[in-house]
Amino acid sequence: MRLINRHPGIVLRAALIALPFVLLFIAYALGSQARLAENPSDKLMPAPGKIAETAVRLLTEPDRRSEKILFWYDTGASLLRLTLGVGISAALAVIFGLLIGLLPYVRATLAGFVAVVSMIPPLAVLPILFIVFGLGELSKVVLIIVGILPFLIRDLSGRVLEIPREMIVKAETLGASSLVIALRVALPQLLPRLIQAVRLSLGPAWLFLIAAEAIASEQGLGYRIFLVRRFLAMDVILTYVIWITFLAFMMDLLLRWVSRRFFPWTEATL
Amino acid sequence: MSFVTATNIFQSYGRRPILERVNVSVEEGEFISIVGASGCGKSTFLRLLLAQETPTKGEIRIGGEEPAREPGLDRGVVFQKYSVFPHMTVLENVVAGESFRRPWGRFAGAEKRAARDRAMETLTRCGLDHMADAYPAALSGGMQQRLAIGQALAAKPRILLLDEPFGALDPGTRLSMHAFLMDLRAETGMTVFMVTHDLEEGFKLGDRVLVFDKPRWDPTDPDIIGATITYDFDARNGGIPYQTIEEETHVLHPA
Repeated sequence: MRLINRHPGIVLRAALIALPFVLLFIAYALGSQARLAENPSDKLMPAPGKIAETAVRLLTEPDRRSEKILFWYDTGASLLRLTLGVGISAALAVIFGLLIGLLPYVRATLAGFVAVVSMIPPLAVLPILFIVFGLGELSKVVLIIVGILPFLIRDLSGRVLEIPREMIVKAETLGASSLVIALRVALPQLLPRLIQAVRLSLGPAWLFLIAAEAIASEQGLGYRIFLVRRFLAMDVILTYVIWITFLAFMMDLLLRWVSRRFFPWTEATL
Repeated sequence: MSFVTATNIFQSYGRRPILERVNVSVEEGEFISIVGASGCGKSTFLRLLLAQETPTKGEIRIGGEEPAREPGLDRGVVFQKYSVFPHMTVLENVVAGESFRRPWGRFAGAEKRAARDRAMETLTRCGLDHMADAYPAALSGGMQQRLAIGQALAAKPRILLLDEPFGALDPGTRLSMHAFLMDLRAETGMTVFMVTHDLEEGFKLGDRVLVFDKPRWDPTDPDIIGATITYDFDARNGGIPYQTIEEETHVLHPA
């Protein structure tokens, strides 16, 4: 039997899914053990037990000076920036995607411009954003928008253009105006694609968020990581990295669920 | 005065002529089959009828009105594919046939309920009432085309345009679709234009069969001549309309 036709059973599949995680953990534990055996005060690779200990402390004990549990405080601040940035981008992308995809006049005006703007490396304009929007929340949200909006607009306008011409003509013969075609034919078909596009852009969104927080901020997950870097507190950094990974993964899962729950008609088609 | 008239239609893309000197007039309630080889302009002619394209020269009028510049309510259409909206249920698709002309494309309240009742009737006629809440993806090819025809008719167009509507269906389904379309036509008396590859289908369903072809063939530059209507058959009674004996013949027919 060819390799392409061989499938693992349920149990083996579960084991295979877990395998790389387990291997990574074992490799880390061995490395950490070897380093700590050489030098007990080594900070670069703290033992897994130490990380767990630090994690519990971070999650439950309030900061002595501010009396806040910084971990949750940072999480809240970062998530707020991220949701604002991604949410605003998604809303704008839907509007511009529909306009560019449906109206030839807007397409002629904006498609080339968006294609050029999307080539600007967002981090290169970060200093400008800090100067224009200050060091507060706004510049971080704007960086995320600058980073992912052009991609989202290009993706969504392309998706609108992919709607078969036949379907648009059919709507025209039913007497639909441009507005009705946008709202009742194009928009509903665009929303599941929007979720796919947002899922893809979550990675860059996190990147820009952490970059902005690392450079100038007073709270946030990225800020904390770059702060404790000075003390080589790898146990804190690793806790935060695992937490960010977990958050990003849950968001992806949530969006997938939303897509399946609210757009059942996409499942069987195409 | 004929219902649909096409006068001296020329259509070319760039320098390449597709249609030349197409003249045809059609009475209200006629079923016109359009046949021809691939690339002979029959689909182009349908797009011109639909007003999806405007001819380079000439004009098409329906009921004596000004030539249309874009597709509208007076023309209904069913394509081979993509004729129904995948994000709406079967019932919503039919309701859309009536509601899309509204400013927001929707009905509300009592109007909505009435529209849904009418749509249910249409679905019953199409044999789709048991699938009202399903999405089109769950329908077979024949059911999807029945839905597309039902949706187009819900908008009450003046002419119905079919672009190879049964091209993607298996032979058995195709036969039942023929019966469905004939019944529907007998009921509504609609003027229909149908493009098809299938000669037999064209003669079976049509009152007239228009054949599109190039009238001349230039061996040095075959693309220089566009197609036109080369034959216009009377297709009633299986293509032999004058064989019907009109007078009583007093011949004994075995029962």
